[in-house]
Amino acid sequence: MRRGSFLEHVAWTGAGIAYSLGAGGLLSGRAVAASANDAVEFVQISDSHIGFHQPANPDVAQTLQMTVDAINAMPTQPSFVVHTGDITHLSTAKQFDDARAILSQLRAPLIALPGEHDVVGNDFKPYLANFRIPQSTTGGWASWDARGVHYVVVLNVFNFEKMGLLGTDQLGWLANDLARVASSTPVVVFTHVPLYALYPQWGWTTEDGTKAIALLQRFDHVTILNGHIHQIVTHQEGNIRFASADATAYPQPKPGAAAKPGPVTLPHADLLRAIGYRKVEIDDGNVRLEDRALAT
Amino acid sequence: MRYLILAILTALLMAPAAASSSAPAVHMKDDAYQPPSLTVDAGQTVTFTNDDDDAHTVTATDGSFDSKGLDTHGVWRHTFAKPGVYKYFCELHPFMKGTVVVKAANS
Repeated sequence: MRRGSFLEHVAWTGAGIAYSLGAGGLLSGRAVAASANDAVEFVQISDSHIGFHQPANPDVAQTLQMTVDAINAMPTQPSFVVHTGDITHLSTAKQFDDARAILSQLRAPLIALPGEHDVVGNDFKPYLANFRIPQSTTGGWASWDARGVHYVVVLNVFNFEKMGLLGTDQLGWLANDLARVASSTPVVVFTHVPLYALYPQWGWTTEDGTKAIALLQRFDHVTILNGHIHQIVTHQEGNIRFASADATAYPQPKPGAAAKPGPVTLPHADLLRAIGYRKVEIDDGNVRLEDRALAT
Repeated sequence: MRYLILAILTALLMAPAAASSSAPAVHMKDDAYQPPSLTVDAGQTVTFTNDDDDAHTVTATDGSFDSKGLDTHGVWRHTFAKPGVYKYFCELHPFMKGTVVVKAANS
């Protein structure tokens, strides 16, 4: 698929989610495809690192392809698939091309946010040319409402010396955005680096994340889904649930379990048990996360 | 060992004038710059090599230089023309920090 047609596909499918609020035709069209109960389903994938060629995973394209195939085989297609960053390893044009060639095969609409590996050299352009979130702000962050859920994308992979960092512009936008949302509305936040201090020694934290968390505390049901750390870690603060996802590329050590973070090399069968995707179901504020490895 | 000897002999043959001091080099290994602080003369070129299985960058805190992404085995060279203290870090692992101290050439 050529770059132009893929961008049209992303733009159209992205708009489809937003329009499903107001346009009755699209909404009913989607209702047919949804599961028998009214639960919202989407899938999270993360950290594909296309371009990585090391023993921890010599073929990251293949494991991303396996992930896409598994999602496409789900009997009920998710309303969308979100990629929570590090699509590529080093932000090169070829890596974005290769990633797009695989991710464009998803049957469900794709929303992909950047990780720090997608903006290496502090250059946002290659990501924006390939995976810009439809209707996102110039800063790249975004929000939309769909089927009773308020979704937010915040980016914390810039200002690299203090990664993760949201910055005052984004925090101001977030305050305004959330002010319009009722406290009873389920809120789902997507980001790359953990928003809370998961393991600051390895940079697994967002320096001003507590300010975003403070803005979210009045809501009854908040789910914050991120990548970056290549493993499932969940955490609860009041009504806010945090959940880091597995990568599609390779695992990293548990916090403090090694001298440093980085790719962990496992036998191939074990690698497939340590990477995968996450199915998310939201039903009246009840959020169910189901992490599925590429092999059992 | 044979390669090491070859490398030393080659270095001696190729650059007899600089034989007294080896070419300044920094290696990225285990998410650290080795050595973390390096002192060179103004005008010298430092070779930065990524020996890790993860990607790194060599990015000046003051923005004066940036290797951009260095993949495994990636090599980047930078010539430090002016004396000063240059702090740098890795964009992908900001806890990685290094310093190059550049002295006036004839001091």
